[in-house]
Amino acid sequence: MRARATLAATAALALASLAACGSGDEAEAGSDGTVTVFAAASLTEAFTEIGDRFEAEHDGVTVEFNFAGSSDLAAQITEGAPADVFASADESNMDKVVEAGAAADPDTFALNQLVIAVPEGNPDGVTGLADLAGLDFAACAEEVPCGSAAQTALGDTGLTPVTYEADVKSTLQKLTLGEVDAALVYRTDAIAAEDEVDAVEFPESAGAVNAYPIAALTDAPSPDLAAEFAAYVLADDAQAVLQAAGFQHP
Amino acid sequence: MPAKRTLRRRRVPAALLAPAAIGLAFLILPLAGLLARAPWAELPARLAEPEMLAALRLSLLTATAATALSLLFGVPIAWLLARGDFPGRSVLRALVTVPLVLPPVVGGVALLLVFGRNGIIGSWLHERFDITIPFTTTAVVLAMTFMSMPFLVVSVEGALRGADLRFEEAAATLGAGRWTVFTHVTLPMVAPGVLAGAVLCWARALGEFGATITFAGNFPGRTQTMPLAVYLALQSDLEAAIVLSLILLAVSVIVLASLRDRWTAAP
Repeated sequence: MRARATLAATAALALASLAACGSGDEAEAGSDGTVTVFAAASLTEAFTEIGDRFEAEHDGVTVEFNFAGSSDLAAQITEGAPADVFASADESNMDKVVEAGAAADPDTFALNQLVIAVPEGNPDGVTGLADLAGLDFAACAEEVPCGSAAQTALGDTGLTPVTYEADVKSTLQKLTLGEVDAALVYRTDAIAAEDEVDAVEFPESAGAVNAYPIAALTDAPSPDLAAEFAAYVLADDAQAVLQAAGFQHP
Repeated sequence: MPAKRTLRRRRVPAALLAPAAIGLAFLILPLAGLLARAPWAELPARLAEPEMLAALRLSLLTATAATALSLLFGVPIAWLLARGDFPGRSVLRALVTVPLVLPPVVGGVALLLVFGRNGIIGSWLHERFDITIPFTTTAVVLAMTFMSMPFLVVSVEGALRGADLRFEEAAATLGAGRWTVFTHVTLPMVAPGVLAGAVLCWARALGEFGATITFAGNFPGRTQTMPLAVYLALQSDLEAAIVLSLILLAVSVIVLASLRDRWTAAP
């Protein structure tokens, strides 16, 4: 239902912008070419849609995505992968790229907050962190962004997950497979899996919000398009897409 | 003339030498890459880390347990496939090698579907005996056994097929029972194959990552084996990951080399 609605909205928007293109000066800004975007895996759904919109508004431009874990992407970029834009799920991986001289002045375009994901219908009646005592729950490992956020949120509650997963999708998978009673995941992941899980907001997560920075890369093969795409993500249209996916405005 | 002939026979043909050299370079160069990037100064500090030692200990323990389980169940499977005479044997052989083809992560999910809390066997264990397998060391051993037993089966089956049946027949005509023939004739004949299979199996179990992290999760001291520790270190610190993998490599090479010496030294 939701997917169909967004599809319709995208189509309408695409048509509208095509019409705009036909009428004049827009075509000059969107010169032909390909913009290659390296984006964190948690951005897959939102950025795919933003990419479609960007293509629709820029005639002849193709957006290509490489979605993977932020640290993998950072390593690929510093090792010289030909990318135009890098969108990271945390600041430390963007910092690595900036330190290597591959990007400058990143902008924060979204925030992501942890929720407690529980099976649909919330069978254990979880209303906050304290209810996790006595339950089996999964969280990300400290080494990955969602894990450092989880660590901060758990603080000195003394709660320990049964497993520290390597990424947020596998953390959620342990819940959807029924192996744990709850999982600490991003709100965006809980929303993406809303058919199977409910999201319980908890106040402690406010102190552990992850910021998503974006930057055009110094050695971008298409520098103009790179700057344009980065700016587009910060503008209203793309922000609306991100918020529909569960991200917060920075 | 005869001397010359034996000399020539011992020399490796050039047609084999070139591809062998290229193949060796391909296998060894990535290791050289790791060695070149390794921050050697960090090594002593890493070796003293209690978490690293716990992961290494767990890895060695679980890989050995998985090899023992594979021997216990894999050798009989190999015998069945090599000597058994029943319909559907080739289908069975193909099924045994499924874990070799399956992406390990999928193998882990498959194990969860059977032994997990809601799994076919797991739910019964959970309700009846209050036993849960995922997120335990047992789960690590099961994941490793699932992924590595096929290596043992394939290698032992090959050895059994290559063994001369006449020795077994001779033993049988001399009055030995089937079990005695198996333990006193068949097994000693295929011992090198069993050993090679066990080594492969142990090495595969030691490096097991995908099925383990999916089925057993990642908890330090309980299910975090070296490959899991390496993968997580890779997320934040490439050099730490390299040091950890080199430690794992060194330990496995030492274990395998010392085993081989012991076996080849024996008459």
